[in-house]
Amino acid sequence: MTDKIVIAELTKGTINPSTAELVAAAQAMGGNVTVVVPCTDASMANQVASYDGVSKVIAVKSDVFAGNDSSGWASALDGAMPQGTVLFLATSRSKDVASRLASRRGLSVVQDVVSIEGNNLTSPIYSGKANQTVTVNGDAVVSVRANVFSGVGSGSSNDVSVVDASGDVKTAVQEIMQRASARLDVSEANIIISGGRGMGSPANFTHLEAVADTIGAAVGASRAAVDTWEEIPHSMQVGQTGKTVNPNLYIAVGISGAIQHLAGMRSSKYIVAINKDADAPIFQHADYGIVATWEETLPVFQDALSNLLG
Amino acid sequence: MNRFSLADTIEMSTIVVLVKQVPDTNAKIAVQGGRVDLSTVKMEMSPYDGFAIETALRHKEATGGTVTALTVGAAGTEKILKDAKAMGVDNIVRVWDDAWSELDSNALQSVLKESIESLGAHAVYCGKSAADTGAGSTGPGLAERLGWANASNIINAEFGDAVTVSMPVEAGVAKISVPLPAVISCDKGDFKPRKANVKGIMMAKKAKVELLTANAPASSVVVAHHSMPAAKPAGKTYEGGSSASEVVQLLRDEANVL
Ligand SMILES: Cc1cc2nc3c(=O)[nH]c(=O)nc-3n(C[C@H](O)[C@H](O)[C@H](O)COP(=O)(O)OP(=O)(O)OC[C@H]3O[C@@H](n4cnc5c(N)ncnc54)[C@H](O)[C@@H]3O)c2cc1C
Repeated sequence: MTDKIVIAELTKGTINPSTAELVAAAQAMGGNVTVVVPCTDASMANQVASYDGVSKVIAVKSDVFAGNDSSGWASALDGAMPQGTVLFLATSRSKDVASRLASRRGLSVVQDVVSIEGNNLTSPIYSGKANQTVTVNGDAVVSVRANVFSGVGSGSSNDVSVVDASGDVKTAVQEIMQRASARLDVSEANIIISGGRGMGSPANFTHLEAVADTIGAAVGASRAAVDTWEEIPHSMQVGQTGKTVNPNLYIAVGISGAIQHLAGMRSSKYIVAINKDADAPIFQHADYGIVATWEETLPVFQDALSNLLG
Repeated sequence: MNRFSLADTIEMSTIVVLVKQVPDTNAKIAVQGGRVDLSTVKMEMSPYDGFAIETALRHKEATGGTVTALTVGAAGTEKILKDAKAMGVDNIVRVWDDAWSELDSNALQSVLKESIESLGAHAVYCGKSAADTGAGSTGPGLAERLGWANASNIINAEFGDAVTVSMPVEAGVAKISVPLPAVISCDKGDFKPRKANVKGIMMAKKAKVELLTANAPASSVVVAHHSMPAAKPAGKTYEGGSSASEVVQLLRDEANVL
């Protein structure tokens, strides 16, 4: 059984809590688990030093981790960490870095893993219409979807060793056009509330934003909403030609549940559907379905949330 | 002898776009005997590859050069090369060896690296992911093998000595200068794939597919089986907007997500 190396996920300069899920995924594959923390400041590794089930923590310190160049990331990590099977969180940046790291080491990469039995790894294919299980012989680089494994606990105190690294950065950022709203992007949110054509107008998305602000959610949209209304940008689109999301809670409002929309959100842990048509296909995938217009539902929903979370 | 020809001083871009055949994304998928059964499913070019072809053609239009569409696949995959030709690429290439069946990412990218080097490419475009696995490993993985820069999921590009791409990052949308040679993967963005015109379709009919082969290392990742996703247990359905308060309570007490 080869050693497993978990790469801690950085989100906005902090350790993403799903890193604890990666440790659990590594344990499911077997072997000693080392956590590698890519960082610009080694104190960031303290957050993972308490994880249970970890034999070693390595803080890899480099300026490259402040940027997005995947060559820089992969080369800095490669030089500073041991051989073994490597696990990343399946975010778009980490999937890129995982692919590069695999190439550097002459390994194959298996992306978007949602289930592990020893060296058998399962990932969704055809936008979630089927699953594919592969058998890995020897080491590989793996990315694991968030919110699938329950994270390991904390309470341990692991030693942290610090390695200074430099990376081979190949691209240069010229400018970043900041997102207008401070609200989360759908690809990084744990709760998403999405609106479809049934919202009637883009102005009505303010009702979704109000709910989102109460529960810390991102606001998403169906393709019909994005295509119909200029005000709804493609970056909000969930589905086959939009983003694939995997939140704890997905709330679909005025969305019929076309196969291409389901492709992007069907693996959400819990799905709530609000739709006036009892026959809308979205209800077949909802844990909680409300057959009603959003006009009569959202105010009640909003009040109940405010009372609960006040 | 120390003579320079014009061709030596002005470097024309050799642009390659990677395309892949996948099942029609609207098709129902069934599993038979532990394997996905595609016998009745129409096959097509992976949708994101259309954005890659469009970006590659715009690159050529800006700087001059040639665009070659390349796929790794058995003879049955030539239809998508013809589709690429009809959109306006100059050359179409299929890389294959009948000894290959399922190539893992290491084998596939090794084959691509050898093929790209033999074509002498300066820029490679591909879709952000293929609609079958959705993995998105090929662009960055190939770039690393070639020692090139890469950018993924781009939504716009300007072409010069470097390609300046727009891509989403945590904080918003970044404009990034990607020096050539590079591998660039394309998301749906500002560039709408052009439709093939009649002349293009006629030319595609006559176009010859160049055949290449390469060395593929043995695969260490092998497909064990396919399965259908577990059906979700039936959910609870409520009538009327006033039920929303009950649902909120259940989201807290039953689902533990609030
Ligand atoms: C190649 C391809 C790729 C695609 N990719 C995507 C994708 O990435 N994402 C995506 O979403 N779609 C995608 N689609 C489009 C998809 O097929 C559907 O057309 C789209 O998802 C429909 O969006 P919708 O549910 O908002 O609209 P509709 O299907 O029009 O549904 C609107 C719903 O709102 C309900 N409604 C109306 N009024 C109210 C009200 N007052 N209160 C409550 N409910 C109301 C209606 O009952 C209806 O169910 C793709 C299609 C193709 C062919």
